[in-house]
Amino acid sequence: MTERTTGVAHPGTTPGTETAQAPSPAPASRRRGGRGRPPGGSARRDRRPGSGPPFLAKLRRDWQLLLMTLPAIGLLAVFHYTPTLGNIIAFQEYNPWDGVLGSPWVGLAQFERLFTDPRFWSAVGNTLLIAAVQLVFFFPIPIALAILLDSVMTPRLRLVLQSIVYMPHFFSWVLVVTLFQQILGGAGLFSQMLRQNGYAPLEIMSNPDAFLFVVTSQMVWKDAGWGTIIFLAALAAVNQNLYESAAVDGAGRWRRMWHITLPGLRPVIILLLILKLGDILNVGFEQFYLQRDAFGANVSEVLDTFIYHQTLVTGNFSAGAVAGLVKGVVGLVLILVANKLAHKMGENGIYRRS
Amino acid sequence: MSTLFKDRPVWAERPSLPARAAKNTTLAAIALVILFPLYVVILTSLSPASAVNSAGGLVLVPRGISFQAYADLFGGGVVTRAVLVSLGVTAVGTLVSLVATVLAAYGLSQPGSLWHRPLLFAVLLTFLFAPGMIPLYLLVSNVGLIDSYWSLILPTAVNAFNLVVMRAFFMNLPGEIGDSARVDGAGEWTILTRLVLPMSKGVTAVIALFYAVGYWNAFFNAILYINDNAKWPLQLVLRQYVQQGQQLSSSSVIGDAVQGTASAPNLAIQMAIVVVALVPVTFIYPLVQKHFTKGVIIGAVKG
Repeated sequence: MTERTTGVAHPGTTPGTETAQAPSPAPASRRRGGRGRPPGGSARRDRRPGSGPPFLAKLRRDWQLLLMTLPAIGLLAVFHYTPTLGNIIAFQEYNPWDGVLGSPWVGLAQFERLFTDPRFWSAVGNTLLIAAVQLVFFFPIPIALAILLDSVMTPRLRLVLQSIVYMPHFFSWVLVVTLFQQILGGAGLFSQMLRQNGYAPLEIMSNPDAFLFVVTSQMVWKDAGWGTIIFLAALAAVNQNLYESAAVDGAGRWRRMWHITLPGLRPVIILLLILKLGDILNVGFEQFYLQRDAFGANVSEVLDTFIYHQTLVTGNFSAGAVAGLVKGVVGLVLILVANKLAHKMGENGIYRRS
Repeated sequence: MSTLFKDRPVWAERPSLPARAAKNTTLAAIALVILFPLYVVILTSLSPASAVNSAGGLVLVPRGISFQAYADLFGGGVVTRAVLVSLGVTAVGTLVSLVATVLAAYGLSQPGSLWHRPLLFAVLLTFLFAPGMIPLYLLVSNVGLIDSYWSLILPTAVNAFNLVVMRAFFMNLPGEIGDSARVDGAGEWTILTRLVLPMSKGVTAVIALFYAVGYWNAFFNAILYINDNAKWPLQLVLRQYVQQGQQLSSSSVIGDAVQGTASAPNLAIQMAIVVVALVPVTFIYPLVQKHFTKGVIIGAVKG
């Protein structure tokens, strides 16, 4: 049984840690079992056979809670667990007319086809390259931005700046890509100004060589501000007395940042780096799908767009499913490895063994 | 000066003038990079044809104002319908998601309740493995949701992250109140709606915002499940008429996907579509901004 501990964040954002919010276990009085049982009985004791109320008594006590979980559990069962089982078509030559039950079984033939497909390896390569570039050029920016924002002392100005940098996170990828095209594209604002002054228009929004630069800029524009939330929370949790003592001892601004601020952020940084490893194959779909035609599949095809084009364009369901299954399994392994690594480094990871 | 910097601790020296200048310039540049595209887009959408023509494209300097583009958009055409679809999907979707998430988060927040461990485990397991695009597509197709608005809602209705965030928040509330209410004979529904939710307005608002933004911005689901143009949500219209429309008129890009879009729409109308797509989220998120940390960061979650 795994126990979710700390460091869970909204998807698409950087995950958090306990630094920001002091972990306080639910008070003992909260624990169920107070009714009809001697007080002080813990949740854990409930599970031990022979102790605690019998099943029917618990059902009578908890049926309302169970009923409440039903809609969410039902939705997950239908739209998460059922399709997970549907991955079985990766071992078939699936066709919609015969369905899962009637389609012929082909063993590992789909895997063989996938692994010998150069386009698959190209998509893997692009995905890893984009993830690596993100790690080097995106990851440090929210940290720096958070330190910068944290140094703004005027509360109102700080609030306004935070509002501004958070804003693009709430824009869709279609919107972000459109805005980039309007400003930097071949028919965009800068090209229009260049053309009016007799220069050649910009070509970066369609130049395959500029692809990594463009998509990383888009990511930074959209989400770097949002990424500061976790670091700002960590900065707020740094003991202010440390700064004061250091200042009294003569440490200047930069020395305080180096010896207090950065060590204070270290656990969050390490945790986020490790989590990033577990998420390396998920660079996103929409951003690349939207710009595939402009930049060409050679540079912009990532695993998710590969799966999409394999199947929903060509109609070969099993080919897409097998790629998705491989991605899912490798992703699962990466998450487990990342967590192992987190535990080794003394962090909680996204779950821990209870 | 003292009012402007009232929060600066006494021990902290005031930065030197060049340092302050560098910092303020950087902050101003960041704000500019984010706000400038929005300024140009909004201005162009509000400019009369003469201003767009004399600028030769996007408008930088205001020369007159015209709401013609918006009048055209909301004149009952494709965009009007798409806005209604997106508004409807967002409203219904957010309601479904929020109800399912709050109920389950509360239902799983009472340690020691029947089956709460396996049920929580089933929720958490969804973090580790995604079912994959194709099996999910086949499922949605098999249950007959292709071209149904529900296909934009149900597959993404429950976000396990939001559920776990909310559950963690509920678990950190003081439990004595619920206990005493139970002694007084209150049911769980009453405790949730009368006691727990009023204490959780902030986190509920943030989760509602996350869901609403997700539905409003939904593109991927619609690309997969909606084939009927008449049912397109706003994001697909934005792509078709603005993003791809622009590629068509661009001199340097001759994409193979642009053949369908014959004539490039008027630039002001295009920019008005962009504004319509970005305005709702832009106005809503600052309202709950101070609670963001609650929705993003989980303190401690005990299984």
